[in-house]
Amino acid sequence: MKAAPWVERLGYAILVVAGLVAPFVVYPVFAMNVLCFALFASAFNLLLGYTGLLSFGHAAYLGAAGYVTGYACKAWGWPPLFGIALGTLVATALGYIIGSLAIRRSGIYFAMITMSFAQLIFFLAVQFPWTGGEDGLQGVPRGTLFGLVDLSRNLPLYYFVYAVFLFGFAVIHRTIHSPFGHVLRSIRENEARALSLGYDVARYKLLAFVLSAALSGLAGATKSLVFQLASLTDVHWHMSGQVVLMTLLGGMGTVLGPSVGALLVVALQNELASLGSWVPVITGAIFVVCVLAFRRGIVGEVQALVKRSF
Amino acid sequence: MPDDAILVTEKLTKEFHGFVAVSGVDLKVRRGTIHALIGPNGAGKTTVFNLLTRFLPCTKGRILFNGQDITGERPAQIARRGVVRSFQVSAVFPRMTVLENVRVALQRKLGTSFHFWKSEKSLAQLDPRALELLDEVDLRAHANTIAVELPYGRKRSLEVATTLALEPELLLLDEPTQGMGHEDVGRVTALIEKVAEKRTVLMVEHNLSVVAHLSDVITVLARGTVLAEGPYQEVSKNPAVLEAYIGAAE
Repeated sequence: MKAAPWVERLGYAILVVAGLVAPFVVYPVFAMNVLCFALFASAFNLLLGYTGLLSFGHAAYLGAAGYVTGYACKAWGWPPLFGIALGTLVATALGYIIGSLAIRRSGIYFAMITMSFAQLIFFLAVQFPWTGGEDGLQGVPRGTLFGLVDLSRNLPLYYFVYAVFLFGFAVIHRTIHSPFGHVLRSIRENEARALSLGYDVARYKLLAFVLSAALSGLAGATKSLVFQLASLTDVHWHMSGQVVLMTLLGGMGTVLGPSVGALLVVALQNELASLGSWVPVITGAIFVVCVLAFRRGIVGEVQALVKRSF
Repeated sequence: MPDDAILVTEKLTKEFHGFVAVSGVDLKVRRGTIHALIGPNGAGKTTVFNLLTRFLPCTKGRILFNGQDITGERPAQIARRGVVRSFQVSAVFPRMTVLENVRVALQRKLGTSFHFWKSEKSLAQLDPRALELLDEVDLRAHANTIAVELPYGRKRSLEVATTLALEPELLLLDEPTQGMGHEDVGRVTALIEKVAEKRTVLMVEHNLSVVAHLSDVITVLARGTVLAEGPYQEVSKNPAVLEAYIGAAE
């Protein structure tokens, strides 16, 4: 059962307002970090939660877009919007190439292919002269928006990032609730049946993959401006694993789950930063508890609870 | 009437790494009939279905649908030609509502299935037709139920409604009554009869009373080859068939 439309709208309105006041309540850079990861996880969820494809190489799109945007803004002096557009475009193209090859297989083989390509991107990032190797691409200028708004200050940048997030989230929300989204769900539910209804399953999967890669790229491109940095962390396979964690923790196949998961994981990493190398142990333990005790993720469990009590 | 064959296979053969699952099968399904494919376990019935719908590529042989060679086509293309299959295990989309299950089959004709920017409200125009189809299989009252919550027999009905949404010329039913109780078998048999009034049906079925009741022609497969073909009375007295069935059981 779906909640009544007005309940849903009210819920979203509250969240939008919360996003508007967030930088006055928490440190703006933290909030921006959460938004970037929330967009990344939501894009990933389009593939895992709504198409049923587990990619284990989504760091490639996040990271590659970050490097390209960072380089365009730093070396060529591009304004931030163009830089982000180029980064997103590159991630889209990468998604098309890797996706075309990966969707020929399913299950674990699909995951392995996506992961191998992501490793390939990782090694390119280490080897290319323009990426800065181990140091990464540092001192990326944030620039000015339309030549008017100075993004080097945190508050205007926050609202810029927030706008990017809302745009990306709206695209995902619409995609899920579109004719295309319905076909995706049917593929997730029963691929052979969708095929026997005359849908060229591979082409639908590919479009979902490309959209997911593009929006992951948008998240990565934006993130590189926030931190003024594109580094190997973002293309490392740990990152591909982290986005799986965020999505499962928050609730895969739910609209808001990945964002909740991203908030939780980023907040934990921040709070626990003083514990150093214990952080992955703790997030790992949380992951185990999540998988054992509440498989539907936080949002999924809440939805089930609401459904049962009404 | 040699030309009213809707589906013809010529020397259809499938080998799996040297194991011959289907060997030189010549089938001719006449338009407007219910044609049953029977045979003991492992006779290759489901493999034939998979070959016909291109879920598996065949090793040798040809498949003609309405006189056109469809041997090399992709599964989705074959489905769009009007050859639509059901599956051994009931194939619904479990976590979608009954209405959505049927609607997703109707949706392709709108030509907006790749439009990820369009609202799902644009699908509402299909609801009347979807409800009509649900009426046909007696499921209208369950339109908003999540498919997974339907009892087994009803899932089969839903599958039939979804298949009918495509307005297929040829229905391939893979064991439509498998795993069902008496009541459900009766309902599904009646449903098949009703559906077949305007269409051709090729089905794999284990339940011989269903086969005897429904089918015009029966093809008996054993070890991947055609053992006998004809109406039930004839086939059921064929000594080779009796041996394959009863001899193998003993």
